[in-house]
Amino acid sequence: MQQMEVIDIKAIREQFPVLHQQVHGKPLVYLDNAATTQKPASVIEALVAYYKNDNANIHRGIHTLAERATMAFETTRDEVRQFIGARHREEVIFTRGTTEGINLIAATIGKQRVRKGDEILVSAMEHHSNMVPWQMLATEKEATLKIIPINEAGELDIQAFHSLLSEKTKIVSVVHASNALGTVNPIQHITEAAHQVGAIVVVDGAQSASHLDINVEEWKLDFFVFSGHKIYGPTGIGVMYGRKELLLEMPPYMGGGEMIGEVRYDGFTTNELPYKFEAGTPNIADTIALAESIRFINKIGKESIRAHEDDLLQYATERLLQFPEIKLIGTAKNKVSICSFIVEGVHHQDLGILLDQAGIAIRTGHHCTMPLMHRMGLKGTSRASFAIYNTREEIDALELALKKSIKMLK
Amino acid sequence: MNDSIQDTIIDDFSLMEEWDDKYAYIIELGKKIPGLAEEFKLDAHLIRGCQSKVWMVSRLEGRQVFFEADSDAIIVKGLISLLLKTYSGRTPDEIIQVEPYFIEKIGMRQHLSMTRSNGLSSMVKNMKLHALAYKSKLDSLSN
Repeated sequence: MQQMEVIDIKAIREQFPVLHQQVHGKPLVYLDNAATTQKPASVIEALVAYYKNDNANIHRGIHTLAERATMAFETTRDEVRQFIGARHREEVIFTRGTTEGINLIAATIGKQRVRKGDEILVSAMEHHSNMVPWQMLATEKEATLKIIPINEAGELDIQAFHSLLSEKTKIVSVVHASNALGTVNPIQHITEAAHQVGAIVVVDGAQSASHLDINVEEWKLDFFVFSGHKIYGPTGIGVMYGRKELLLEMPPYMGGGEMIGEVRYDGFTTNELPYKFEAGTPNIADTIALAESIRFINKIGKESIRAHEDDLLQYATERLLQFPEIKLIGTAKNKVSICSFIVEGVHHQDLGILLDQAGIAIRTGHHCTMPLMHRMGLKGTSRASFAIYNTREEIDALELALKKSIKMLK
Repeated sequence: MNDSIQDTIIDDFSLMEEWDDKYAYIIELGKKIPGLAEEFKLDAHLIRGCQSKVWMVSRLEGRQVFFEADSDAIIVKGLISLLLKTYSGRTPDEIIQVEPYFIEKIGMRQHLSMTRSNGLSSMVKNMKLHALAYKSKLDSLSN
């Protein structure tokens, strides 16, 4: 609990303008952080400052504004490299988000590596973004998508994973932390085993990047993808980390400006990394602002962030378990700060509507994990997810509103 | 177009100031309507929403169209009951013309605009489509 004293949550909350408002006449309690986090003023100001002072197209201009914009843009790449522990800055490719990153991988190295009869392995808890691109690839290549099962707590069945691995396995794509259950998967163990059969490993880090320490180099990951808007940054910007040797051998994803070396009427050569994968004018403003979100996280430190969020998770879990009609969905030993639950006899949508009336924003539904919901025999869940600016008092407010809502709905 | 049925609904709600009273009333309505028997909860009658489902069937009696509907979520079901009150038992022409303005007036607009999460706005559209089909059936009979 010592770390709790060193971070001043009140001061952190002050940095988030959006939190200081009322919804339906009640103070906003924002507990939908797994969907998107709010943005600190530094991120918002960086966006505005770019458009006010530095707006220019990057890399090609020789004037001062272009130089400033390019510098700021490329500085983000350095920040990201450090943030995820990559060896080379050119291993950091900017995308629109996690979804685009996975589609890029499936459409390039996926098409290169996967042949008829091969197998792609994903887990039972994948988000549609880490399921559908592989289904599309499998259909196209007449390959098979295999599913790593989970146990009742929502943890991967590692024994089953090992027995599914074979020399037919070309790609293993697994979520680092589940958006629907909170489960943190043993990525290093999975990577090591997958590499032994020659498969490449893709890790969906959308839910882990703001909470867990990431070290792609030490973990020997092949690909790691995440979204800016879930780490206190802007929407529309994400990152695909790829190991350099693989990025070099992969074909480009999209053609156009920026990604080319030379173009003739009869063909083209590709630009060097990372630009080979960044066709067109990139999302300059959001990329520049992304650096501020990483600085925001670094300033507090992931260890302190985790200590606070773990405390909230534990507290929320205790409070929810007070309700006889509530069942937690996802009780893995190792979780990020996501609390998914169902209320017996209450539709999650009804609950979400009434909590909103109390100023409380949670997520309800299938969380873009329909196969998982199906596997668990659920139509959906209610999900409260916590970020660094949340407080125990907000969980108390949730508990109070839950009591009232359940009473109304039962 | 003003509609006395809807004006009555608006009057009922105008007595309730607090959100919890309004919702408690809607939930009550949701619990009260008979809903559909399981055999009617078929995909053919399903109006798909992202989070909750709505099933709807209709029938023509003389010149009147009657609707029955159900949902797996209780608040949607309560709002359905208000839509049924507004539309069921009216002529195809009336159903086509009448817009459900009461929803905004009673402060429930967000539920109609949440097209992805519930089937309510699709339900209004579907009722009008059914009415249109009955209208052309009636027109062809009278010709």
